[in-house]
Amino acid sequence: MSFPWAKNYEPQQPLMKWLDEKLPLPRLVYNAIGAGYPVPRNLNYFWNFGVLAGVALVIQIVTGIVLAMHYAANAGVAFNSVEHIMRDVNAGWFIRYAHMNGASMFFIVVYLHIFRGLYYGSYKAPREMVWLLGVVIFLLMMATAFMGYVLPWGQMSFWGAQVITGFFSAIPVVGDPIRVWLLGGFAPDNAALNRFFSLHYLLPFVIAGVIILHIWALHIPGSSNPTGIEVKDEQDTVPFHPYYTAKDGFGVGVFLLIFVALTFFSPNLLGHPDNYIQANPLSTPAHIVPEWYFWPFYAILRAFTFNFLWIDAKLWGVIAMFAAIALLFFLPWLDSSPVKSSNYRPLYRIFFWILMADIVLLAVCGMKPAEQPWVIFSQIGAAYYFAHFLIILPIVSRIERPLPMPNSITEAVLAKHADTSSAATA
Amino acid sequence: MASETDTTAGIEDGVRRRDFINIAAVSFAGVGAAAVVLPLVNQMNPSADVLALSSTEIDISAIQSGQAIKTSWRKQPVFVRNLTPVEIAEAKKVPLGDLRDPQTIDERTKPGKENWLITLGVCTHLGCVPLGAAEGENRGDFGGYFCPCHGSHYDTAARIRKGPAPKNLVVPPYEFNSDTVVTIG
Ligand code: HEM
Ligand code: FES
Repeated sequence: MSFPWAKNYEPQQPLMKWLDEKLPLPRLVYNAIGAGYPVPRNLNYFWNFGVLAGVALVIQIVTGIVLAMHYAANAGVAFNSVEHIMRDVNAGWFIRYAHMNGASMFFIVVYLHIFRGLYYGSYKAPREMVWLLGVVIFLLMMATAFMGYVLPWGQMSFWGAQVITGFFSAIPVVGDPIRVWLLGGFAPDNAALNRFFSLHYLLPFVIAGVIILHIWALHIPGSSNPTGIEVKDEQDTVPFHPYYTAKDGFGVGVFLLIFVALTFFSPNLLGHPDNYIQANPLSTPAHIVPEWYFWPFYAILRAFTFNFLWIDAKLWGVIAMFAAIALLFFLPWLDSSPVKSSNYRPLYRIFFWILMADIVLLAVCGMKPAEQPWVIFSQIGAAYYFAHFLIILPIVSRIERPLPMPNSITEAVLAKHADTSSAATA
Repeated sequence: MASETDTTAGIEDGVRRRDFINIAAVSFAGVGAAAVVLPLVNQMNPSADVLALSSTEIDISAIQSGQAIKTSWRKQPVFVRNLTPVEIAEAKKVPLGDLRDPQTIDERTKPGKENWLITLGVCTHLGCVPLGAAEGENRGDFGGYFCPCHGSHYDTAARIRKGPAPKNLVVPPYEFNSDTVVTIG
């Protein structure tokens, strides 16, 4: 793996030499994120988001473990234990708000990371496995965030659990037994809360494991870059350290600024006031809405209001919602164009931006109550989402004439540099 | 010497001893693993104390005609509604062919007690509590219950008429102990 010109780890101090012989951990780090990992020289800031997602995961794990020291997973006291964290525990409010908003920040950076992949064609050969593992991480994150949101046992927690486990009851015949099995009861209650806490604690570590596989798979071909042209020789790359440790460090600074601004100035901006009311199994809030990061998928779920073929509306909604994500697993094979970067794909680039607009439309529909005109908008939005991947993309990748491409990363960089320097002198 | 020649022992009947041992050992381990998975999966099912909440007695004497109450059974909301004659007539008027989940009001109530409509207050879509049991709540386009979560409308017999829910509100098993007391479950 890696390129032949990658620098070799040569420990200087006797202690490091000794360690390297017994357990080559520093060598692993050196080759993964140190000077031993050559990276294309032209990465832009969109390549920061992988590292930022890693930072977000660490923040969730640290704040989460601290919260778990004060939280009680029992339906009778869970809500009060979260209030106890907010009012009585030293700096408890800070830790909880950091965990709450940390989850949102995690999704923001992961969505940007995914959109980067869509724009620059990072999912294509030879990086299909990197993409597939990424989709697995995304699914695990959604499961983790959903179960975490149930823990404070507010109204949204409870009704979110009721509705989301209700998806499973759409499965013919075995649906209801599966739902009861998942909940350990006929409605969300103590049994469900406890198992969700157990899994909410476990899954982030599973995510950490899949991230290791994701990076392992990435380091075989190495990172892609904004031109989408593969690395040809040494002058196309720079060592990860210090070049990208510095660039990522800057990105982490910006990320943390936004994160603390959100946490300190409007910690409840992205939340719902209803979740500060204790769970009441006998009354559903007037508008139950999931967290913002689920809105587009929620809109797809609700887009099916009619029975169609021999399948009822409820099952269609659930199938469509899961299919919207499962579709991403097939993306590397739906797009047959050998050109990766949208910079050289005039047609695909237009449809990429239409897809982004469509996802925003779906998000707005998911936030609104299930009334007209939002129902019809979510139907149009959902239909377009599937059409993009299943119809438009395969056709575009066949008929499109890509723009002329530079021969190498270095040529692209030098051409750009020549442009800007001549512009500067002019 | 023994080990070299012994590998062919028993080959006459077409089964090599090593293959047999291999398959037997792996199958045995497989059965063992399955036996361990069983309790691990089954522990997720409702526990004895959850199942023990399986019957509830309610007094319906205070419910006037046209009113409804909300109570709970197995931690799920239950609606008990005292239908007015107009509501019953309305439910009877609907041709069964118009219904997504065809059922008559007689199938959904007890003989001689057809004004008592007892259903779970759990929307058959994704499980929200529909509105309409309490005074002044939105009862939807068909005068029964309305689920605000994704817009399901139920009629006066709590049958699904519009929206994404596939089934009528579920009628739980129940008995009249007397004219004023009902046991659910
Ligand atoms: C993938 C990483 C994680 C995500 C996306 C995540 C997400 C969430 C979310 C959205 C909440 C609800 C916040 C609220 O409304 O109060 C929550 C609560 C909670 N999480 Fe996490 N979490 C993660 C990792 C962890 C870890 C590793 C732990 C360690 C035990 C943990 C422990 C808790 C606890 C105890 C609560 C309940 C307290 C509260 O509601 O603030 N989380 N989590
Ligand atoms: S839960 Fe009632 S309409 Fe979806």
